[in-house]
Amino acid sequence: MSSFFAERWEQILSASWQHFSLVVQCLILATVIAILLAALCYRSRGLTSLANNVSAIGLTIPSFALIGLLIIPFGFGVVPAVIVVVFFAVLPILRNAVVGLAGVDASTIEAARGIGMSRAKTFFRVELPLAWPVILAGMRVSAQMTMGIAAVAAYVLGPGLGSYIFSGLSRLGGANSLESVAVGVIAVVILAQILDAALLIIGRLTTSRGIRV
Amino acid sequence: MSENTDKSSTGAAILIENVTKRYGGGKKPAVDQLTLEIPAGQIVMFVGPSGCGKTTTLKMINRLIEPTEGRLIINGEDVTDINGDKLRRKIGYVIQAGGLLPHLTVAANIGLVPKMLGWDKSRIAERVDELLDLVSLDADTYRDRYPKELSGGQQQRVGVARALAADPPVLLMDEPFGAVDPITRQRLQDELINIQAELHKTIVCVTHDFDEAVKLGDWIAVFDEGARIVQYDTPEQILANPANEFVENFIGSGAGLKQLNFARVKDVDMRPGVIGRPEQKPAEVLELVTLAERRNAVILDQRDRPLAWLSREQLKRMTELPKTRDENLPLVSTGSTLNDALDSMLQASTGSAIVVGNRDQFQGLISVETVMNAIRELRENASRQQAPVGNNTGEIPRVNGHGDDAAEDEAGAGSHAAVRTGRHAAPGDQAPSAGGSAAEPASASAEPETTSGTPWAGTRPEQGSSAADGTPSGGAAENPDRPEGRP
Ligand SMILES: Nc1ncnc2c1ncn2[C@@H]1O[C@H](COP(=O)(O)OP(=O)(O)OP(=O)(O)O)[C@@H](O)[C@H]1O
Ligand SMILES: [Mg+2]
Repeated sequence: MSSFFAERWEQILSASWQHFSLVVQCLILATVIAILLAALCYRSRGLTSLANNVSAIGLTIPSFALIGLLIIPFGFGVVPAVIVVVFFAVLPILRNAVVGLAGVDASTIEAARGIGMSRAKTFFRVELPLAWPVILAGMRVSAQMTMGIAAVAAYVLGPGLGSYIFSGLSRLGGANSLESVAVGVIAVVILAQILDAALLIIGRLTTSRGIRV
Repeated sequence: MSENTDKSSTGAAILIENVTKRYGGGKKPAVDQLTLEIPAGQIVMFVGPSGCGKTTTLKMINRLIEPTEGRLIINGEDVTDINGDKLRRKIGYVIQAGGLLPHLTVAANIGLVPKMLGWDKSRIAERVDELLDLVSLDADTYRDRYPKELSGGQQQRVGVARALAADPPVLLMDEPFGAVDPITRQRLQDELINIQAELHKTIVCVTHDFDEAVKLGDWIAVFDEGARIVQYDTPEQILANPANEFVENFIGSGAGLKQLNFARVKDVDMRPGVIGRPEQKPAEVLELVTLAERRNAVILDQRDRPLAWLSREQLKRMTELPKTRDENLPLVSTGSTLNDALDSMLQASTGSAIVVGNRDQFQGLISVETVMNAIRELRENASRQQAPVGNNTGEIPRVNGHGDDAAEDEAGAGSHAAVRTGRHAAPGDQAPSAGGSAAEPASASAEPETTSGTPWAGTRPEQGSSAADGTPSGGAAENPDRPEGRP
């Protein structure tokens, strides 16, 4: 195990970095998409329940199946990997964003409008900051989940740590196969913890003291 | 008339003109063809049963709710179709519990509107401190706090400060003091009165508390379902001459006692007291009391502040008059309401109280009988001022422009002052002929003379003078017959 790591630590580190960077970028993209979708939905009861259903059902789709299907139109490579990771990352954030935005006190919004804030300003300066802690909680769930899903991306020869897991699994019993799987899994878990801690700190820094509980 | 007549009003007149609001295409309008004039620099209170359309009417003034029909004119400018956000930046808005943005500090909350208006940072910071001071909050202590770190009353104060930040001529308040306890509410009301005495904004305030309406309002509009004006008049008039049973019920019992809320101690006849000085001999003072056929003497220090209030018996027993102040003196100030005065008297169980003015200087004595007489008098000569226009007839009052400019100094300024300080100058201050408007809703608008000299007269723009239905307002008003389309 240690020799396996010692011999390839540079590749492992670079794969980890790729993995981490894939997840972070997808997470940012997913957050933007989720907030946009939530902004469109949260004021309508029908669209809100649609968003909730989509996110509940979407999470039940096996990621492996989805990525397999995406190979047909997009071929192998980064594109299907990104699409799958973003798709799954959007779902928990979307659900939280809808809940968070809908949970902003109507009288607060009215007060903001009442003193002359435009609709857009009210959204970005009042509703979004107030919903932010909830959205961030969704991002943390997404981050954990997509760390694992990103490993699947290796199936379509995307970047990341998944290649260690898959190559190990495909030649199970062979030399270093277990080590390969273990390195992949452990690295994914460690990265997930790092990202979670990072999000926690970001949350602290970006949440107003006035709404911290 | 009294103070403030010299200060020019910073408020703006508001005219709600034939405004209707239907929600979601419902057949029954929430606000039905309402025409309402809100005089500049005065407080108009909206009262009425729940769901009668007070909030809807209020929010149509800053167009948080867009009128379905009708026009809105502020300070002579038709604002029905201008940019709503820009309009709202010029109108202060206070809601229950302050409506502060919880993620912003007190300073940031207050600075919101100035920031939107592009003020520079130092000017905003200065203004924030000034406003915190105005609403009796220590700037250094509260500036950087978040709303959750404030009490309900403090939040409400900050809400008022925020509304005043950019010095808007108009302030809209929707049950502003509904969420605080009675004692805090009274304090906040008193503060609002003080602030208003200083700033002369045009304030429209919704309340469900008739006592609050009486206390704060220069005018009270009593609404029924569909924002129909049942009565629009001064608190005095409404209490003395309720338009009908509906208003009577709304006032509730004890109209006489409620009148005590707007009459001030300085408005009633105080009795002079027998005065003694600490250096005098008790016997000397006793002689004065006996001579004046009174029962007590008030002992004053060199600066005329009351030290003690002594009965004949006490004077007989004493060898020397007290030199220090008796802390339990039943004191009321000239600015106190008769209600407060009555409270003090009852608490002290003296049946009368000592009235002090500025710097606690002795002014005279007030007794329960004085207060009772005042109630009777208030009933009899509740001041009759020209009530602003308020109706749901779909009729636009004719602007009687006679001598408006010239009248500024005499009649105009006079009626302004009468109105503004009306509640203080109240009893016996007979205003011209607004008679009918009080007893009969809608009649005010039908009679041209009742609208003459109203504060917005002459400031109304041309487009305002033709009603939505095409009736020229002048014609409508000169014709005392009710239009047919009247709801
Ligand atoms: N957004 C809305 N959609 C539909 N109907 C509404 C809406 N807002 C108010 N209404 C209706 O309009 C009428 C007037 O409501 P409004 O809020 O103005 O009453 P109010 O006089 O302020 O009552 P309260 O004293 O209870 O606050 C009510 O019958 C209410 O049900
Ligand atoms: Mg209301």
